[in-house]
Amino acid sequence: MEGTAVLGRLTWLAAEVVELRPETSQTKTITFDVPGWRGHRAGQHVDVRLTAADGYQAERSYSIASAADGPRIDLTVERLDDGEVSPYLTDELRTGDVIELRGPVGGYFVWNPHAEGTVFLVGGGSGIVPLMAMARQRALESSGIPTRLLYSARSWDDVIYRNELAELAARSDGFDVVYTLTRVQPAGWDGYGRRVDTDLLREVGPVPAELAVAFVCGPTPFVEAVASGLVELGHEPARIKTERFGPTGG
Amino acid sequence: MPPISRGFRGRRREDAPSDRVPPGQYVTDDFPVLSAGPTPHTPLDEWDLTITGEVDGLRRWTWDEFRALPSEPVTVDIHCVTKWSKLDSEWEGVSLDTLLEGVDTSAEYVVAFCDGGYTTNLPLDDLTEGKAWIAFAYDGEPLDPEHGGPARLLVPHLYFWKSAKWVRGLRLGATDEPGFWEQNGYHNYGDPWKEQRYWGD
Repeated sequence: MEGTAVLGRLTWLAAEVVELRPETSQTKTITFDVPGWRGHRAGQHVDVRLTAADGYQAERSYSIASAADGPRIDLTVERLDDGEVSPYLTDELRTGDVIELRGPVGGYFVWNPHAEGTVFLVGGGSGIVPLMAMARQRALESSGIPTRLLYSARSWDDVIYRNELAELAARSDGFDVVYTLTRVQPAGWDGYGRRVDTDLLREVGPVPAELAVAFVCGPTPFVEAVASGLVELGHEPARIKTERFGPTGG
Repeated sequence: MPPISRGFRGRRREDAPSDRVPPGQYVTDDFPVLSAGPTPHTPLDEWDLTITGEVDGLRRWTWDEFRALPSEPVTVDIHCVTKWSKLDSEWEGVSLDTLLEGVDTSAEYVVAFCDGGYTTNLPLDDLTEGKAWIAFAYDGEPLDPEHGGPARLLVPHLYFWKSAKWVRGLRLGATDEPGFWEQNGYHNYGDPWKEQRYWGD
């Protein structure tokens, strides 16, 4: 939306669940059919609204996981055990159910296909979701923009989209993925096995002269560590875009 | 009538009076962090606060001068556009009335500018008469950098992105210039009670 005309009001749209797909033990991808959806840019999010029988409503924001592709959008939702909305979305929702969405929202943390240099995506936990939308958009557009994803998860079983990420990397079109598993590593694991720190960013990321833009998404301590590490390595703060998942919500 | 979400009951909070929680918000006891880029760390001896633009003369305070101004405890409810609200948050800050005292201006609008390049715009009237502060302490402690320290704007009657973190000054002007989020899809004014989240709301 950057630099474009002001759009009209984002109205609430009825969104029908057409598919539910478990990703990991804590996350599920939900595909919605949203008649009237005006499209989106990778990295944007939507507001979700649930309405109880007595009229009580709850709203939350979720990143869009899918590339722009007609009236269908995917949300990947992490189940927060003490959450009000996410357990409903991951446990209760069935194919054919209708909830309300409005969006897309956000004009800053978005994939810009005109960037020069290497795009560095750094995701922690479910912070991968908007970055996956970018990787998918990039693949859909056959964009050759060099893009490196650094993905930090607790264990291999907590890695969302791992088959698809392997497929995207296997295209050898300038997209690659580096994992770090912070708690449990499988036998024979030869990747990184620690939290992202400045040394890891130096080893994995582009040098400052090659960085087009960094998109960093995850829980606040992760984002703080990555963003300040990148600044320490000499990257321009203005090229580091962050999105945080707070400890609350859901 | 919105569709009923089959099987959704929700979890109302007994301790959250509905007249204090705007539509679409939920109450949290935590203090989530939201910002668009890295957290700046400006040393206090390089920090200053300025009031500039259409004023009769630039006003500038060093950190020590700013901290020597009269300040007050402020207990307010805050509302983030990402849906969380926090009730009875406790701050210490200098009222904008104190900072603007004696400033002669015909300006109607303000852009708050910050370390890190963040900006946000507000009508000048929304900063005066006890409605806004430059806060330097939260919960009895110096304001943490993640939450905008050393000092942030505090304008609790608007969505919290208007309470600019790492604020370094106010630029007064005759015209309304949309700030960072206001150019990126978010509402120009941001009244939580009217649920003015996004463009067109």
